[in-house]
Order: sequence, then structure tokens, then C-alpha cells
Amino acid sequence: MTFTSLDAWWWPYLFILMAGWMTTDACRFLGVYFGGRIAEQSELLVFVRAVATALVAAVIGNLVVFPSGALAETPLLLRVAAAAIGFASYLLSGKRVLAGILVSEAVLGAGIWLGL
Amino acid sequence: MLFNAASPKPALSERGRSFLRGARAAFSVPGLILVFAFVGFAGLARGAGLTLAETVFMTAVVWALPGKVVLIGAILSGASLPTASLAVGLSSVRLMPMVVSLVPEMRGPRTSKWVLYGLAHFVAVTSWVLAMEQLRGIPRDMRTSWYLGLGSTLVVGNMVVVAIVFEAAGEISQPISALLLMLTPMYFLTSLWGSARDGAGVLALFFGLLLGPAAHLVVPEFDLLVAGLLGGPAAYAVHRLRLRRRAP
Repeated sequence: MTFTSLDAWWWPYLFILMAGWMTTDACRFLGVYFGGRIAEQSELLVFVRAVATALVAAVIGNLVVFPSGALAETPLLLRVAAAAIGFASYLLSGKRVLAGILVSEAVLGAGIWLGL
Repeated sequence: MLFNAASPKPALSERGRSFLRGARAAFSVPGLILVFAFVGFAGLARGAGLTLAETVFMTAVVWALPGKVVLIGAILSGASLPTASLAVGLSSVRLMPMVVSLVPEMRGPRTSKWVLYGLAHFVAVTSWVLAMEQLRGIPRDMRTSWYLGLGSTLVVGNMVVVAIVFEAAGEISQPISALLLMLTPMYFLTSLWGSARDGAGVLALFFGLLLGPAAHLVVPEFDLLVAGLLGGPAAYAVHRLRLRRRAP
């Protein structure tokens, strides 16, 4: 049963619901269930936030090191340099998200333009 | 009102104002960057052969961007339903601890758990980061209204963005597409750093950044799960050790 295995108009939507919505919202609903049992100042929350942060950070790392689409055509070193220089600019600018993003885009854009 | 003079039920107009305040929070730098990330996503979905309606539908029901990127990858590779579900599920596991940490901040004394289950659907990086930053400044019994305003504005707004880009843009050129794809990680990185509250959060960020790609090389199917379950606890342990050393 793949995305294209049934010709019915409703099959892609059912596929998206079952593969995308059910799993994603199941994770969110489990979060509500467990979150309702934790006090706001609990030390356990520091631990849970650390796990959540590490998971999102892993997503970030993979988006830079193993990207999809057109970004995959650029060299790894350029992507890592763009991310690192952008992040340094974010910190140096007093945590301005926009500064970090614009600098990293500028580095990546310059690299692509120079044909790196 | 008559029976509960000590803590009066908030008036509907007050709820409406909080809803609008939350909706306004969507019109911010993080909200704008998310729009650009969705421009890139619309291009990705179009390239994968999805229809406009399917792409907008996916935006509404999955919402979290990494989950959708994984789902499109699975569709492209001709994955079966169970395989696609597993891949999306593994990328969405991170939502669980995010919701766990959000719920105690969001619920008021009277909040029904069904309201929380409904609002949880809006949880993804942008609304989570904005909520962790700003919820503390919102009166406790107004927080669910505020988050509904923020979350629904982000979801509906980006459904519109996806539809427009899908129709209007056609093929996005390679360099522009590469630049758009770089927006999401840089935006996640800087906003995640901004929302880290304690030493454990900062360490978890570094560990996750390194462990994600490392785990991808070793166990590509379970990379995020492995990175999170190793990096999170390790960050917490180092954080505790440091605290203990500072205050014996």
C-alpha cells in the first residue's frame, strides 16, 4: 500500500491522514496526557525540555548535514560554514534571529554564486 | 459570575482580546521566517508530484514541518503505509516532550483537558518557541485563548501561503530553492537557543546538533530518536553535575 497504489481520489488523503496525521497528533496527545501530570516547577520538566531540545537540535543538524532537494547540491563545508557564521552573528548581534539568518543566507548565497 | 465572585469567569470579550493578541504574535520575525520555510515546502511538494489540495491538506493535518518533509520523502521513495507512518512518527516523537513542557504553563485552574488536546495540534517549533517566550507574560486564565489565536493564525495563514505559492510560483530556481531550504535549520537553531532556559537546554542543543548527523550515519531510520534519547539525558546529567559542583 503506497501513496499511488489506489486510483481513488480519496486514497492520497487517507494516506496522508494515516501516515501523517495519526502519528503526529498521537505524539502531541501523549504529550498532553503526560504534561497534565507534571507540576510546572518540577525538575522532571528540565529533563523533558532537554530531551525535546536535543531532538529538535538533531533535526537541525540533519537538515544542514544531510539536506534534501536543491540544498543537497551544495558542498557540506559551505553549509556548515554558513550555519556557523550565521550563528556567530546571531550571538554577536545580541541574539537577533534575523541577523543570524540573513548572514547565513548571505554566506550560502555567495558560496553558490561563486560556484563553490 | 454570581456564584464565583472570588475568581470570576473571564468575559468573552476578554478571551477575544487574548485571542487577537495571540494572533498578533504570529506576525513576527519567527512567523515571517516560517512563511518562507513554507514557500520552500510548497516547492518541494509540487516537485514531488502532489496536488495543490493534497499539499494544503497535509499542511493542516500534520502541521509540523519536519514531519511533512519526511512524509514527502517517503511518498517519493514509494514507501508503504507502515514504513511512511514509522518514519513520520519518529520525526514527530520530539513533539511529545515539547507538549509535555508546554502544558503546565498553558493550563489555567479551570482549563478542560479537551481544550488542551485540541490546542496540542498547533504545537510545532514556531508556536512552541513563541509560547515558551511569551506565555509567562499572559494572564494565566487567558493563556489558552492566546495560544489558540497564535496557533490557528499560523496554520491557516500558512495554508494560504502554500496554496498561493503552489499556484503562482511554478518551478523555483535551484539557488533560490537551496537558500529557502537553509532558512528552516537556521531559524530553528537561533530560536531554540533563544528559548533555552537553563544550562541543560544549551547543552542539549549542542549534543543534539552533533548526535543527529552522527546517528544518521549509524542508524538512519532512528537517527532523531537515538540523538534525543542520548543527547537529552546526557545534557541533563552534565547540567546536574555542574550545579552540584557550584553549590556543594
